[in-house]
Amino acid sequence: MTQVENRHPSETLEINFGPQHPSTHGVFRMQMLLDGEKICSLKPVLGYLHRNHEQIAENITYAASMAYTDRLDYLNAMTNNFAYAIAVEKLAGIEVPERAEYIRVIMAELARLVNHITVIGFLLNDMGAFFTPLLYAFREREKILDIFEEVSGSRMMCNYFRFGGVKRDLTTENLTAIMQIVRRFPAFLEEFEALLTKNEILCMRCQNVGILPANLAVNSSITGPVLRASGVNYDIRKVDGYSIYKRFDFRIPLGEKGDVYDRYFVRILEMRESLKILYQALNKIPQGEFLNKKTLPFLKMPRNFKPAVGEAYGRIESPKGELGFYLVSDGTPQPWRYHVRAPSLINLTVLEDICIGQKVADAIIILGSIDIVLGETDR
Amino acid sequence: MTSFIEEIRKELSERLPNIKLRLVRASILIENPKDLTQVVFYLKENPRFLLDYLSSITAVDYLDYLESVYHLYSMEKKQGPVVLRVRVSKTDTTIPSLIPIYHGAELQEREAYDTFGIIYEGHPNLKRLFMWDGFEGYPLRKDYEQEDSEILETADIEWLESKGIGITNEVKEKAKQMKMENKRAAAQKPEKPRN
Repeated sequence: MTQVENRHPSETLEINFGPQHPSTHGVFRMQMLLDGEKICSLKPVLGYLHRNHEQIAENITYAASMAYTDRLDYLNAMTNNFAYAIAVEKLAGIEVPERAEYIRVIMAELARLVNHITVIGFLLNDMGAFFTPLLYAFREREKILDIFEEVSGSRMMCNYFRFGGVKRDLTTENLTAIMQIVRRFPAFLEEFEALLTKNEILCMRCQNVGILPANLAVNSSITGPVLRASGVNYDIRKVDGYSIYKRFDFRIPLGEKGDVYDRYFVRILEMRESLKILYQALNKIPQGEFLNKKTLPFLKMPRNFKPAVGEAYGRIESPKGELGFYLVSDGTPQPWRYHVRAPSLINLTVLEDICIGQKVADAIIILGSIDIVLGETDR
Repeated sequence: MTSFIEEIRKELSERLPNIKLRLVRASILIENPKDLTQVVFYLKENPRFLLDYLSSITAVDYLDYLESVYHLYSMEKKQGPVVLRVRVSKTDTTIPSLIPIYHGAELQEREAYDTFGIIYEGHPNLKRLFMWDGFEGYPLRKDYEQEDSEILETADIEWLESKGIGITNEVKEKAKQMKMENKRAAAQKPEKPRN
C-alpha cells in the first residue's frame, strides 16, 4: 500500500511589504517570508526617512533644536517639545512657573487626544472600514488643531514650548474654547464607541490577533499604550510624576490579553482619563507668569545659552510611549551629544515576535495597533 | 538619586568584588567592558533592584574614547534610573551585547553600531539600521567627514556611465587625479557653527 501524502508540498515566498505601501503609514518596509498566507519571518527595514536629526542638533544651538523636534513625531509636536524642554531644563536647572506647567499639561493632554483619535481612525482604515470612522475622528481632531493654531500659529508644527515655560500665554477665550472641546468630547466618544467597541465585525477581526504577553513586552522595552494593553501598570506620568501630574486624579487603564482589540480599547479609555486631567487643569489653572523671566536673555540671544558641563536624561509619557532626550553638554552653545529615545522605533522590536504565525492581513493591523510614525523611527 | 546609585555600587562591590567600578556623574562606570553582562544580569535578577526595563542604549564620542551609556529602570519596583557606562578605545570597539538579557536592546544596539561603529559582540543581526549597507564611516563620530555629493569620484562616474549618462573629460580627469592622490571628496567643514 502506498502512503498517501496528506499535505501538498509548499514553498515559501519572500515578499517586500512597503516602503510605498499605504498601510505602513509612511516609508517602512517589512521583509516577509510567507508560507501560503502565514508569516514565517518578518524583518523591519528602516532608514528611508533618515535625516540624521541627531547630528543636525549637535551643530545648532539648544533653542534652535526645539523646532526640529516637531518633525520627529509629526502627529503630536506638543509632546515632543515637552520632552525636549524637560531634558534641557534638567540639564541647565531652569525652573518653570506654575501657570506654564498647567499650560504644558493642557497642551500635552490635547495632543494625546489628537494622537489616539488619529491612530484609531487609521487602524480601522487598515481593517477595511474605509474612511468613515477616520473622518469622524478627523472632525474632532480638526477642532483641537484649531486651538493649536490659535495659540502657537501652526496646526501641526507647533514649536510652542520654550525652556522655562511656553511661547505665548493662553487667553481667556482660548481657555473657554478648550473647555468647550473637553465638554463636548465625551459625546463624540460615546458615538464613536457605539459604532465600534461592541461591533461584532471589529471584535472578530481583532480579538486574539497579535497577542503580546506581558513578560515579553517588559523584556523588549515596550512602553506606552502597547505595554499597558498587555496588563503592565507603568505610566511615566504616575511613576515619575514629572511636571505637575502628581496633582491630578486619573487612573491608568490596563488591558488583559494584549491583543489588537486591547490596544484599541486602552486608547479609548486613555482618552477618557485625559479628559479628566484636562477638566481638572482647566478649573485649577492659576494666574501668573507663563515664562521664567530669567530665560528671557537666552530667547533673544540663543548663543549665550551655555549649560554647565554635564548630562541629563529627560523623559515623558508621550502618546506613543516613553519619549526621552539624552543630552551631554560641554559648556558650549551646542550640545555635545543629543540622543532621542524614540518610542516608535523601540516598540518595533517586538513586531516580528507577535506577527509570526499570523496571516498577512493581520500583520497590517498589528502594525497599525503598535502605532508608529516614521518621522520618529528613522530620525 | 545619588544615594540609590551609591547603594547599588556598594552592593555590587560586595557581591562582585572582581569587577572594578567607578562613580562618574551619578552613574556607574564599569572599567572593563567584558564585565557588563555580569553586572546587568545581577542587577536584573537581584530582588532588591529588579531592573527589568532597559530604557535606552546610546553612545557618545569623547574624542579619546567611545562610551556606551545604558539607562535601566525597574517596572516592578517603579524606581530608577540606574545609568551604567562602558568605555572603549576607538580602535577596539567591542562591547558584549545585552540581547541575551534584554530583547529590547536589538534595534538600539544596531543604531549605535550604525552611527558610532561600536561592535556589540553576540548581536544576532548587527547590520546598519538607518544607512545603506555599502555606507562607509560612522556619521555621529566627531571626526566623520561628510562627502561632497557635487564632486564626482571614479566609482560615481562608472556608475553614471553604465546608465548611459555622458560625463565630460574635465570631470573625469579631476576624479582620476583625486584617486591618484588617494583623496576622498570630503565636504568643507564650516570653521564655526553656522547659526
